[in-house]
Amino acid sequence: MGRFSKFGNSLYTGERSIDFVGRRKIWYSIAAVVLLLSVLLPALRGGFHFGIEFRGGSEFRVSQAADQGTDLAISTIESVDAALNPIVTTVGAGDLRIQTEKLSDDASEVVRTALAKAYGVESADVSSSFIGASWGEEVTGKAIAGLLWFMALAAVLMALYFRTVKMSIAAMAALAHDLVATAGIYGALGFEVTPAAVIGFLTILGYSLYDTVVVFDKIRENTEEVEFSETATFKERVNLAINQTLVRSINTTIVAVLPVAAILFIGAYFLGAGTLKDISLALFIGMLVGTYSTIFIAAPLYSQLREGEKKFSKAATKVVAAR
Amino acid sequence: MSSNGLVKASRKRLINLFFVLIALVGVIAWAENTGRNASFAPQLALDLQGGTEIILAPSLADGAVLQEGQLEQAVEIIRQRVDATGVSESSIQTQGSGNNAAIVVSIPGTPDESTLKLIKASALLEFRPVLATSMATNSAVGGDGSSATPSAPPASAPIATSSAKPSSGSDLNWVSKEIQAEYDALICRSSADSLAADFREPGQVDDPAVPLVTCDREGVIKYILGPVEISGSRIEDASAAARTTNTGAVLNEWAVSLDFDADGTKEFAAVTKRLYPLTEPLNQFAVTIDGYVITAPSTNAVITSGQAEITGSFDQTSSKELADQLKYGSLPIGFEVQSQSNISATLGTSQLYNGLLAGLIGLILVVIYSLFQYRALALVTIGSLIVAAVLTYLVIAVLSWRQGYRLSLSGVAGLIVAIGVTADSFIVYFERVRDELREGRPLTSAVETGWLRARRTILVSDAVNLLAAGTLYVLTVGNVRGFAFTLGLTTLIDLAVVWLFTHPLLQLLAHTKFFSSGHKWSGFDVQSAAVYRGRGEFKVSALVSEGKAKKASGEAIRRQTLAERKAANATDQKEID
Repeated sequence: MGRFSKFGNSLYTGERSIDFVGRRKIWYSIAAVVLLLSVLLPALRGGFHFGIEFRGGSEFRVSQAADQGTDLAISTIESVDAALNPIVTTVGAGDLRIQTEKLSDDASEVVRTALAKAYGVESADVSSSFIGASWGEEVTGKAIAGLLWFMALAAVLMALYFRTVKMSIAAMAALAHDLVATAGIYGALGFEVTPAAVIGFLTILGYSLYDTVVVFDKIRENTEEVEFSETATFKERVNLAINQTLVRSINTTIVAVLPVAAILFIGAYFLGAGTLKDISLALFIGMLVGTYSTIFIAAPLYSQLREGEKKFSKAATKVVAAR
Repeated sequence: MSSNGLVKASRKRLINLFFVLIALVGVIAWAENTGRNASFAPQLALDLQGGTEIILAPSLADGAVLQEGQLEQAVEIIRQRVDATGVSESSIQTQGSGNNAAIVVSIPGTPDESTLKLIKASALLEFRPVLATSMATNSAVGGDGSSATPSAPPASAPIATSSAKPSSGSDLNWVSKEIQAEYDALICRSSADSLAADFREPGQVDDPAVPLVTCDREGVIKYILGPVEISGSRIEDASAAARTTNTGAVLNEWAVSLDFDADGTKEFAAVTKRLYPLTEPLNQFAVTIDGYVITAPSTNAVITSGQAEITGSFDQTSSKELADQLKYGSLPIGFEVQSQSNISATLGTSQLYNGLLAGLIGLILVVIYSLFQYRALALVTIGSLIVAAVLTYLVIAVLSWRQGYRLSLSGVAGLIVAIGVTADSFIVYFERVRDELREGRPLTSAVETGWLRARRTILVSDAVNLLAAGTLYVLTVGNVRGFAFTLGLTTLIDLAVVWLFTHPLLQLLAHTKFFSSGHKWSGFDVQSAAVYRGRGEFKVSALVSEGKAKKASGEAIRRQTLAERKAANATDQKEID
């Protein structure tokens, strides 16, 4: 019998209870500070740093150089400007394709000459041109439209299942918090926003809502007919539901975060920048924030939205008076 | 259900799952060994495996310049066409500007001829009335088709009767001396290897306001066609289907069905109304794609429904190809393949292997944590995760064969995250069972009641995930669509594993002595502190301090539901009686 399982027992019976709902002012203040920082810090850094997939960029092609490897191209570009972060691909029999963020004509010329020198080819064998965004406005527009539709449909689904719009409102508020906070941490650290990072954000969106629904389902069960209860108020029942699912929340989060943490560790320390790091960082932050917001924002907010309803407040007055 | 029945039912579920796995393995092995494009190794996406880069240069008429936005419009249409072939996460972008502008399409693997055609064909569909033809038609639209009796082809080409301005699209005054000469000089070639006859430039775009002299796709019949009556942009939807007879029997002929929008419906009605009373060949209208006549049926009825069907030498592949091209619109300009070359993976195999290694390390950590948390029950978790992994792997192998699904690094990361969501289903379930044990139920019944409650939670939370996957899959393109596909896939597999593996296995285990006795290594030894036994009875452990116990039972009383209180009162009453 582990201590953790004893902890679960005591949470279940109510012997031990953490007052999540009652201390909501503290949680709301923390959320307000986090949201404020999420807007301020990226703004101070000059907004998000979007990758070339979103903004287009410059492309260089080196003829007959692939046998000298792609690492040379990366080190050459980085010796010109360490922030360029090039994507290098071999094309056809022996050509190299190097994509970087958009460079001015002068800067392109510098890179072109440097590449020709590094690979020992004629300057004419290195071509340069501009490329458009592969993830253009059209793709972004459709992704945002898809997201808004999903959130609207999810809100309707939850309202139908839980028989109250207020659960949808609380869940969507927590979801919005998660997205802003994750994006904020991302922006504050100045990481490049790549398609992989965006996919990471979408994964979080699904995960965060999933987590909220699991806890809300327990709240639904606990608050059924609570207006007829003579022993517990609505608020207490909501709090009990959070406590009863706390062991599950902790276990699930650890199990979900462990593989992501492993990717993040390997991605960041052994591979340097890249898709793996981008995606696992977004996921790592997002999953922790997603679990946090369910317990500290969604559930207390839901309680706040409903405990004032006449049938619940009446019953609560009676219960408290009887104690 | 009796406990014996339960055991039988759960065994049956496990056997079903086993058969599903065997069937998947069998299908892949069969497909691989019979030369189909299937394999046990899933196909990888552009970022991990590389693929083919196709540079499409616009082919413009002499002196014509690229209009603002045409390239972006073409990118969008090509993207939709590529997406329609499967979930392959291709990359399509513009390159250069001005006269050197091009579109770079990067797709995983090596494209075949039909993929190339799908990407570059402008698919400009037009409806033009027939003014003259070298051969009579034997197809018809409207009516039962039997009245279309082929008449003898006209002995010589028609000549404009006057130089007056043509009054309608079917007016023979369109046929000027120049058009006449062009028609007489045209020789249609039937080329077996390519549809491109040499009288047209590749990517040639015709003036819709003047007549067109052209051949059919097979290079057999030549036509003089009037100006464009309805353009392809009026098509709202297109689909390919096998034709059926009046009695519903399926023919081995494929057709492309078109649905016009409101304007197109009106235009189509007006054209059929005008052509219907005319005589052959003037009652024919031609459907042209990229300037070639696909079909030129005669009009046997006035069609007001806005639906048309194109027939003519289609097979399943070519009709689907045309329908996909038409559905997403015609390209604003023609394109020629400027170069086509293999490209390497952008990420390299080290990223994939490190990703997989990280996933493995993560899984081992999950196993250690579960063992610590759930003791012997962790074996159920690990078993379920292994079944989920095998099932996912096999389904991905099938989908990369049937749907063109390709695994990108984001996809791999999505699958690793799915470990969390899948494991959560077990955790929700186990915690529920523990809750029921805390209520004082024996294990077999705790498993059943816990399952009923956990099932609801698992269903509704997975429904939210499926909703996300479905909405994003339908509404988005490219990478996001690929993500939605992976999310939907892993959610369905989660449901399958919980239903067909975790739950039946736990049902079976609940009957073993090790688990039902609440052995301290079973993960189900939860009796401690205050045990709420339902119906208003509380067993307070002597081990807990008095104050704590009082607090605990007080809380338990507070948590009684109305029904429980009523039941408790009823019991009290009985005892008094």
